[in-house]
Amino acid sequence: MAGIVELTAEQESFRRVVAEFADEVIAPQAAEFNAAGRFPVEIIRQMGEMGLFGIPFPAEYGGVDGDYLSFCLALEEIGRVDQSVGITLEAGVGLGAAPIAEFGSREQKQRWLPELLRGERLAGFGLTEPAGGTDLASATTTRAVRDGDEWVIDGGKQFITNAGTELTSLVTVTARTGPDEITAIVVPAGAEGFTVAPPYRKVGWHASDTRELTFDGVRVPVANTLGDEGAGLRQFLKILDDGRIAISALAVGMIQGCVEECVRYAGEREAFGRPIGGHQAVAFKIADMQVAAETARQYYRYACARKLAGLPYKRQAAIAKLYSTEQAVTAARQATQVFGGMGFMTETRVGRFYQDAKILEIGEGTSEVQRMIIARDLGL
Amino acid sequence: MKVLVPVKRVPDTAGEKKIDPNDRTVDRESVESVLCPVNEFAIEEAMRLKEQQDAEVTVLLVGPESAQPVVRKALSYGLDAGVQVVDDAVVGSDALGTAEVLAKALAAEEFDLVIFGNQSTDARTCLVPAAVAEILGLPALTYARHLEIDGDQITVHREHEEGWDVVESSLPAVVSVVEAINEPRYPSFKGIMAAKSKPLEVRSLDDLDVDTSRVGSDNAAAIMYEFRDRPPKEPGTIVEDDGSGAAATQLADWLVEKKFV
Repeated sequence: MAGIVELTAEQESFRRVVAEFADEVIAPQAAEFNAAGRFPVEIIRQMGEMGLFGIPFPAEYGGVDGDYLSFCLALEEIGRVDQSVGITLEAGVGLGAAPIAEFGSREQKQRWLPELLRGERLAGFGLTEPAGGTDLASATTTRAVRDGDEWVIDGGKQFITNAGTELTSLVTVTARTGPDEITAIVVPAGAEGFTVAPPYRKVGWHASDTRELTFDGVRVPVANTLGDEGAGLRQFLKILDDGRIAISALAVGMIQGCVEECVRYAGEREAFGRPIGGHQAVAFKIADMQVAAETARQYYRYACARKLAGLPYKRQAAIAKLYSTEQAVTAARQATQVFGGMGFMTETRVGRFYQDAKILEIGEGTSEVQRMIIARDLGL
Repeated sequence: MKVLVPVKRVPDTAGEKKIDPNDRTVDRESVESVLCPVNEFAIEEAMRLKEQQDAEVTVLLVGPESAQPVVRKALSYGLDAGVQVVDDAVVGSDALGTAEVLAKALAAEEFDLVIFGNQSTDARTCLVPAAVAEILGLPALTYARHLEIDGDQITVHREHEEGWDVVESSLPAVVSVVEAINEPRYPSFKGIMAAKSKPLEVRSLDDLDVDTSRVGSDNAAAIMYEFRDRPPKEPGTIVEDDGSGAAATQLADWLVEKKFV
């Protein structure tokens, strides 16, 4: 198949609308809600009305029958102006709704999905524990024990996105249900014994909601089991492959945002008798950012096209995530340098990107995990 | 209820526009074409009538085939159908010629209400809505900043410099809305994807029985004889504050002189 992915006329129209929304609604408020560490609930609701939380899901359950690439376009355009709002959408769709849509029964989908896909409610995905994340098989200590037709869950999860917002309705939890068995179970918000800690103090993503969760004898019906008992490990690997493409789109948005901000600033700011963009030391940095944006964009879209065509895409998703997030960290560092002292101020977009970039190399599989996947695929 | 929303394709409002010295029209190649931003307020008002009173809304555009994406853009807000008048004879029409074509196109449809934006961001004549109403012999309720429909009655708040007047009429009627009337929504993903399969009918001047001696650049009553570049921006007035309070008086005098207060 072709390597270069062209957007359809509708995808392009959609991308433009999201770009306008990002520039007109999100960007003017971003400095303020990031400084306050406030979850921008009104913006999230408006994104829900635009159908952004329902894109890659069937209309039957409240989705809008869209494609995964369109979802990535939305992430790219939102990530271009604010990463906190971007990750809220990415996690809401990719980690919140997707496990239920992919592995839930018809009845479970009818029950939980419509509100999630309309963006009226959010769900979290409780996977990472203090002992680890991607190494799920050995890191999971949270246990679920059968008691009649109920699960009794004990344990804890950490760094869980969208787990404590005023919109959060449930968290899907991976729990050990046997010596070599992990099972995904849906725990409704507010269940007795389910405690959500206050928001973390993070290096970046200040306006996104991230929580530590504790389960102390939490009882939920066995009917809340997502898919087969013991299927948790396999399910989570599938969810993370898709998530890597989405995180890549978010990273591409950041790189493009760095380019935009730097082109504007380098044209206005003068030093040594001319705009700083007239100095190669600055202009070349920005040119390198554009190279990164365009190559990373084409690659994540290629990974996405393979997914949509039903071809294997595990390696491509890992390459997309690895490449684009490492480039995003570089771009944010260089953009901050272009801005000089102003770049160290969180009131600037590039200053916030500098804070937000690092987590992209960590969340949904670290760079090391991506290299491990690629190396394994090479037979190493 | 049936509502028609005439829309216009305009050069991007934020873009730097150039005039083609040969035919003295905007050089369309030099700037991107978009749905006129003022039309978004008319579309939003029509969408509210669709949601609250189950109105059926059709968008109407006069313009070349290449303007079709603008019709689709309007449809992406959730409107039901589109009509596009495509005819080379329309090229270069002034406000009256355009009103002539729009009136014929509207007359060919069934409607209770026509909702215009009060002006387009390129020409800004504000003439077309009233001219269309005049040609059709319908009440014109222009500059509406509020609109209410009750049965076959329409009430609008007509904006002017000192506030607004309450204007009522029976339907069918023609209204034009100002930007204060609402806050337009963004098209939804569903709306954008559905726009491509909404019915869109294309008509020629012949289909609409338009008298071609009244349209086109040759028959335009408004003629552009000359155009000049925008004059360079003049330097602003700097009011120095010497701590005596004189600066405040100076500032107040300046505001009064410029009629800002």
